[in-house]
Amino acid sequence: MSTLEIKDLKVRVETENGPIDILKGVTLTIKAGETHAIMGPNGSGKSTLAYSIAGHPRYEIVGGSVTLDGADVLEMSVDERAKAGMFLAMQYPVEVPGVSVSNFLRTAVTAIRGEAPKLRDWLKEMKGAMTDLAIDTNFAERNVNEGFSGGERKRHEILQMELLQPKIAILDETDSGLDVDALKIVSDGVNRIRKSSEIGVLLITHAIRLLRQIPVDHVHVFVDGRIVAQGGPELAEQIDANGYEQFTVAVN
Amino acid sequence: MTVTVPPSDLAPRLKGLNLNQIPVPNGREEEWRFTPMKRIAKLHELSETESSPIFTISSPELVRIENAMITDFAAADRISAAAALLSSDGKSITIPKEVVLTEPVIVETTSKTDRSVGSLLLNLEKYSKGTFIIDHTGSGAIALAVEVNVAEGADATVISIHDGDRKSVFTGQQAIKLGKDAKVHHVAITLGGDMVRLVTTVEYTAPGGEAVMSGAYFTDAGQHHEHRLFVDHSVPNCRSDVMYKGALQGQDAHSVWIGDVLIRSSAIGTSTYELNRNLILTEGARADSVPNLEIETGEIVGAGHASATGRFDDEQIFYLMSRGVPEVQAKRLVVRGFLADVIFRIPSADLQNRLIKDVENKLGNADPLFAGVFDEQ
Repeated sequence: MSTLEIKDLKVRVETENGPIDILKGVTLTIKAGETHAIMGPNGSGKSTLAYSIAGHPRYEIVGGSVTLDGADVLEMSVDERAKAGMFLAMQYPVEVPGVSVSNFLRTAVTAIRGEAPKLRDWLKEMKGAMTDLAIDTNFAERNVNEGFSGGERKRHEILQMELLQPKIAILDETDSGLDVDALKIVSDGVNRIRKSSEIGVLLITHAIRLLRQIPVDHVHVFVDGRIVAQGGPELAEQIDANGYEQFTVAVN
Repeated sequence: MTVTVPPSDLAPRLKGLNLNQIPVPNGREEEWRFTPMKRIAKLHELSETESSPIFTISSPELVRIENAMITDFAAADRISAAAALLSSDGKSITIPKEVVLTEPVIVETTSKTDRSVGSLLLNLEKYSKGTFIIDHTGSGAIALAVEVNVAEGADATVISIHDGDRKSVFTGQQAIKLGKDAKVHHVAITLGGDMVRLVTTVEYTAPGGEAVMSGAYFTDAGQHHEHRLFVDHSVPNCRSDVMYKGALQGQDAHSVWIGDVLIRSSAIGTSTYELNRNLILTEGARADSVPNLEIETGEIVGAGHASATGRFDDEQIFYLMSRGVPEVQAKRLVVRGFLADVIFRIPSADLQNRLIKDVENKLGNADPLFAGVFDEQ
């Protein structure tokens, strides 16, 4: 049973106009089996939280702590965080020219599991996971994210989540750019993983439609680098009806 | 209104085959200014009794092989002219009219002597199709002149591999002539040698020709890899598309890429694009990249070029590491993929695998955990 504990996390980025504080003290605990949602307007720092936890070099941690089952995540290199059981489904996954999806996935699985899967088992596993996400099997021969549509990129992210079996997964704006059908395929994928494992999930979104597909236990409202309100699924409905003004006014 | 077209900078590049009219360069000329002249000096001292490299040719049925000299060669420089003129054992290889080969013609060249000159004439007669692989290894200095004649409607793939040992010097010119609606895909792969200097030229003799020029080089400490292209658009409605990618590592690794494209006033309807990308893996390496587009008519479909030289893309490395891949392995994947983009254009799985292995070897010892990840697929 894993627990991700974020305590008073403060994060800064360097810009052309000097440093800017983006996260101003975020405290949040995600336990195995739970699904949380962070909702907030654009520019509130939601993605910064996701990338800081994953260890992107652009973000400077200036205060607070992040631990996974007591281990200091902030001290780990980016790959060590993944090996410890963290996963980030990215909003804009990058292209890697000349590296096929198949080679990429097999390398990642080898790294996470500590041994290369046997070829026959692996092909079966990969193809099965692809079929579940309605991904054509010739997708395996394409270069990572190169020429992928928005929907293909997101399905490819969830495919990785399925194969790497993380303890805690953060999904950054996974619903953005998806049409109704693609959203359903992706949400079904996430729900399947939730059902079959004790994964803890943090969904980051600014709209409610993802939460209508993936039931959540806790909703956190994020404004100006902080959590300003917390509640159950009803909080998401309230935001859908009234917008974020009620929270932004309170902050300002 | 009268428009005066200034004399082209690029047009006089091709010099013909008269050695008396091509002096030995001193290194200050535009086309030699990047070249370490000392390392190529012995090929500027050629006499009339030079030995030939050893050609080992394996070819499918119907392909004709003869002894022949190149006689109609628009040489770019003295060494290439000398290679065409002085070669004592030139070969001509012909794919006859309308013959479509399913297996490649393989020409292995090797030079064990200190210095050798050779010539190859590759002919694709009308509506024929086939692949030539010129695979160069060995230890000496070699100058090779290659003429590729692609007749009307023919479709040629020419792959030139330069993987001599670390003392070897490879230089010369590959001159491609395209007939009406003829196609060529030329691929240069440069991994070995002390220095490699290859000039590739494309001429169109009738409309409708198409040249796709690909290249990949991996330049290690002390190596000099120079690729010079000259595409001469002189007739209407032809196309050229150039993509060269290079990785460099180690002290004094030096690559040079020159992409000269000339669109003459007669070449209306031309479409051309050229691209060179260099990935610098360590300190101490240097990549020179000079795209040069000269346009004498506005009535073209398109013309463009791009050149970029940089270090690893942090976002790619972050993405791979965020999936558990250690930094060293992530960088290997990126370099491998960067060059594989070109290597996978070669229509031979065996050759692809060999070249990818060579690239991986140049990247040094891999983490044994990942040793088998690519092998079995």
